[in-house]
Amino acid sequence: MKGPFLFSIPRLWAILVKEFIQMRRDRLTFAMMVGIPLVQLMLFGFAINSDPKHLATAVLLADRGAQGRTLLASIKASGYFDFVREVGSEAEGGELLARGEAQFFITVPAMFSRELLRGERPVLLVEADATDPAATGNAISALRTLVSGALQHDLKGALGYLAPGVEPVELRVHPSYNPEGVTQYNIVPGLMGVVLTMTMVMITGLAITRERERGTMENLLSMPTRPLEVLLGKIVPYILVGYLQAGLILLAARFVFNVPMAGSLPLLLCVAMLFIVANLAVGITFSTLARNQLQAVQMTFFFFLPSMLLSGFMFPFRGMPLWAQAVGEILPLTHFLRIVRGILLKGNSMAEVWPQLWQIGLFALVAIGVGVVRYRRTLD
Amino acid sequence: MGDGFAIDVRGMTKRFDGRTVVNGIDLQVARGEICGFLGPNGSGKTTFIRMLCGLLRPDGGSGSCLGFDVIRDSEAIRRRVGYMTQRFSYYEDLSIAENLEFVARMFSIPDRRRRVDECLDELGLSARRNQLAGELSGGWKQRLALAACTLHRPSLLLLDEPTAGVDPKARRIFWDSVHDLSAGGITVLISTHYMDEAERCHSLAYIAYGDLLARGSGAEIVASSGLATRVVTGPDLSSLAARLRPLPGVCQAVAFGRELHVSGTDEAALDLSLAGFRGEGYEWSPSAPGLEDVFIHFMDKARDNFTP
Repeated sequence: MKGPFLFSIPRLWAILVKEFIQMRRDRLTFAMMVGIPLVQLMLFGFAINSDPKHLATAVLLADRGAQGRTLLASIKASGYFDFVREVGSEAEGGELLARGEAQFFITVPAMFSRELLRGERPVLLVEADATDPAATGNAISALRTLVSGALQHDLKGALGYLAPGVEPVELRVHPSYNPEGVTQYNIVPGLMGVVLTMTMVMITGLAITRERERGTMENLLSMPTRPLEVLLGKIVPYILVGYLQAGLILLAARFVFNVPMAGSLPLLLCVAMLFIVANLAVGITFSTLARNQLQAVQMTFFFFLPSMLLSGFMFPFRGMPLWAQAVGEILPLTHFLRIVRGILLKGNSMAEVWPQLWQIGLFALVAIGVGVVRYRRTLD
Repeated sequence: MGDGFAIDVRGMTKRFDGRTVVNGIDLQVARGEICGFLGPNGSGKTTFIRMLCGLLRPDGGSGSCLGFDVIRDSEAIRRRVGYMTQRFSYYEDLSIAENLEFVARMFSIPDRRRRVDECLDELGLSARRNQLAGELSGGWKQRLALAACTLHRPSLLLLDEPTAGVDPKARRIFWDSVHDLSAGGITVLISTHYMDEAERCHSLAYIAYGDLLARGSGAEIVASSGLATRVVTGPDLSSLAARLRPLPGVCQAVAFGRELHVSGTDEAALDLSLAGFRGEGYEWSPSAPGLEDVFIHFMDKARDNFTP
């Protein structure tokens, strides 16, 4: 009998060498191996901040007294609030919240200073866009400690009796759109955008590379058909799939998570069309670059990862540094999230949706342009 | 139309990244003819066929295919051409009938259902119509592909190595169908590496490294090559072959079972070189060179010209 089949170091070495050669040849996988940790490091390490500061704040200062200004100055000094706009009316402030241009709207009512000095505990009104409770939570709790401390300096001496015991100012916070601060209200509508991004990009990428990989594309193109027919024929079924996914998520949002649906569903479904098309176009572009289905999946992840992390889905958008926000502003998911949350939670209409919508449209146009040009080139 | 040629192109040229893959090929194929398209791997056969059916845009050349301009009327040509790719390129995850129906729709074939049923009957696949195409054996796949690409009754068939990897019986059946189609008036351009298939063609075109090297019937090509062949029998033919190859006048020495075929273009030099081995127990007899000898000779010659 022959000896046992022993483990052989040279054979192991042979396989190791072969693996490394293949790894080096497969540039894309190699780029993924180096790129993904780097991207994640950048995103988690620098871009993502679950304690967002410098949140856009609108201010209505109806009181002319010194104390109101002192209070605002110390609110600003906390670093959580950036005063982006001083508004003249409550309605104006409400609009900024609806459009998402401000996260907070602080009102210092008329007679604030006088009531404060009389010890009548004036009200400081803070309206917060609480669609994403994570984005506002820390700022609001900071605000509570801040307000009582801020006026201590003013309330010394003769007014010292006002300082201890009860708070000199009544802080009234209205977490608008999501009064109970339910995280699901934010996550579940957001999931609609995330799921659509993931599947639309990947499925189109796969559907077209599959035809090329299996050789059926050559046969298809040799038939009397136009490239556009092939392209549309491949895309339209997936638009339907996209709507099926959107419908499922909306049903779950409504009946499982009890997400409020303040706005118009038909509007949401119309807007979703543009978003789906934008992602499909990315998928087509990837399919013209990918040599096989595996590469198409890899490229999807390249797109999906920043989409998920930089769009404001997982982490508050305003918590990210400016460069990360700039990248996020390019991605269609960022704008779609704002639209979905806006329509479902805030009851936004086309007027508030438009500033986000055209940006998705622009992205879709560019992506379709690149996709079609690249797609035509692969035929020759 | 009416000029009697299904394919009539001149100077067809295709370059990929500055590399010339098809180099100014002229080709005429008469209507109803089966033209065998031969040449080594990578010689440009597939590229040429793809240019004919409009899949690739030629970088140069002109001419007509079924009377339509190859450059401008590629859509009209595609509607009248059946193209069978080298690899099975119908959908393995569709059933046999679904594949045929898809093709029928793409070509807007009238009376689609009847046509598909007819086709399944002719194939003898009616009972298996709902089987997935991917489950078929190689031979059946190839018959399905032929049926699918002739479903719209094309006037010209472009078959790109349709019989690669198929057993002899399936190949025989396939070729019988090709001859039936040709008898029905369809022109066939078929690329192949098999010499027995080349012999079943009405005419042949031999292309190597992008150049058309020979055109005509098998016999014409053999005659034009100027090749002479001697058949040798005797002991230890493989060492004899090694000793013969470097000698003047010997281009090839190839073993065929218990025979050695020795060929060269200079008949006198060939016989002179062979004379030295008489009396070592070898028997010599003159023979006509086979097509394969001729093609290998072309290939060697072309490579000599190709490498600077």
